[in-house]
Amino acid sequence: MDFVSKKLVTIVAESALEKRLVASLHDAGIRGYTVSTVHGAGTRGQRVGDLQGGNVKIECVVGENHLDAIFTMLSAHFFPHYACVAWVSEVGVFRDERF
Amino acid sequence: MGASEILTIALTNLISPPVLAFALGLLAVAIKSDLRLPEAFYQAISIYLLLGIGIKGGVALRNADLAELWLPLVATFLLGVIIPLLAFTISGWLTKLDRVNRGALAAHYGSTSLVTFTAALVFLESTSRFVEGYLVTLLAVLEVPGIIVGLLLAARGHSESVAWGESLREVLSGRSIVLLVGGLALGAIAGNTGFASIEPFFGGLFTGVLTLFLLELGIVAGRRLPDVKKAGVGVVIFGLGFPVLAGTLGVSAGLLSGLSVGGSALLGVLSASASYIAAPTAVRLALPEASPGIYLTASLGITFPFNLIAGIPLYIWLAGALEGALSWTS
Repeated sequence: MDFVSKKLVTIVAESALEKRLVASLHDAGIRGYTVSTVHGAGTRGQRVGDLQGGNVKIECVVGENHLDAIFTMLSAHFFPHYACVAWVSEVGVFRDERF
Repeated sequence: MGASEILTIALTNLISPPVLAFALGLLAVAIKSDLRLPEAFYQAISIYLLLGIGIKGGVALRNADLAELWLPLVATFLLGVIIPLLAFTISGWLTKLDRVNRGALAAHYGSTSLVTFTAALVFLESTSRFVEGYLVTLLAVLEVPGIIVGLLLAARGHSESVAWGESLREVLSGRSIVLLVGGLALGAIAGNTGFASIEPFFGGLFTGVLTLFLLELGIVAGRRLPDVKKAGVGVVIFGLGFPVLAGTLGVSAGLLSGLSVGGSALLGVLSASASYIAAPTAVRLALPEASPGIYLTASLGITFPFNLIAGIPLYIWLAGALEGALSWTS
């Protein structure tokens, strides 16, 4: 089996930000994403979403060339004021054309 | 209208099942219980409550004399503008908060809490006090302007641009407004005959579902309580004192615009209550620098329990006490 190397970007943020994050990720050129509702704790204990469901986890698989745009966008609009963390991991995908 | 009457109202309210369920929620947090309503169930009953209260208001609106409605409508709209301005100014006297945080507070206190309103309505009905059914329309009117005025106040002298469009879209297309306004329309179209067919579900079960909802809110509010200490004395004084001022304004505006004692008490409750569902999301998106540790703690951790336990009886008593002086209809 031949797998193509890609990057998995995982973002966990307060749920109020879901629509805004997804729109910004599209602007940064992603082609698909997965959202799940999650809970946990981090350095910012404050959350608006107690009643609307704590946090969302957004995952998307992208080519390395998209990472700059995504993390520049996150650093400018999300990291400073919101509960929002993000990381990148290596993944292998089977159908390269979908990502 | 003496001290004994206010005590009787307060005690009746305190031992009503919804308020007791709220207290149980607080207790559950205090003993570190893992009790929580399942997320999906909580979402479902919040939809039930919003739609149910909307439909009942709509049925009443159809039966109401529209000539009787316009003065309370104008009064409510004015309250929606004045209350956030007062909240902004008074929080400036009581605290050292900056413009953005005071604007966020103003947006929350200018908007309303549906659950406080519903608890007051159920309580008034259970004690056989007359309430104009169209008060729900006033709830819908008061929900939005406060948020806009609050955001405007915060935005003046604000360095970053405020995400107006996104934030207002969130409020107007959020489920509070869609279900309330949608329910009003639905009830107005269906009328009494249509309502009769859904009455067992939206009428008879209503107080029971509210009781469950308040259990969950007790848990959520209880988890906010540790933040109250961090918020500072000024915020606590504001969270306890401002609802009394706004509630008195609301009761007076109600009586002056021709509402009954029950209706004026409810307008008082609406004015005194602070939003913790619609406003927090709107403020979070529009004013990222404002601290939820301040505005959510004040509205959910301080003002909501205060209104539920002490405020509702106080505004009902106040409406009765001021009736002779301000009401011109009877």
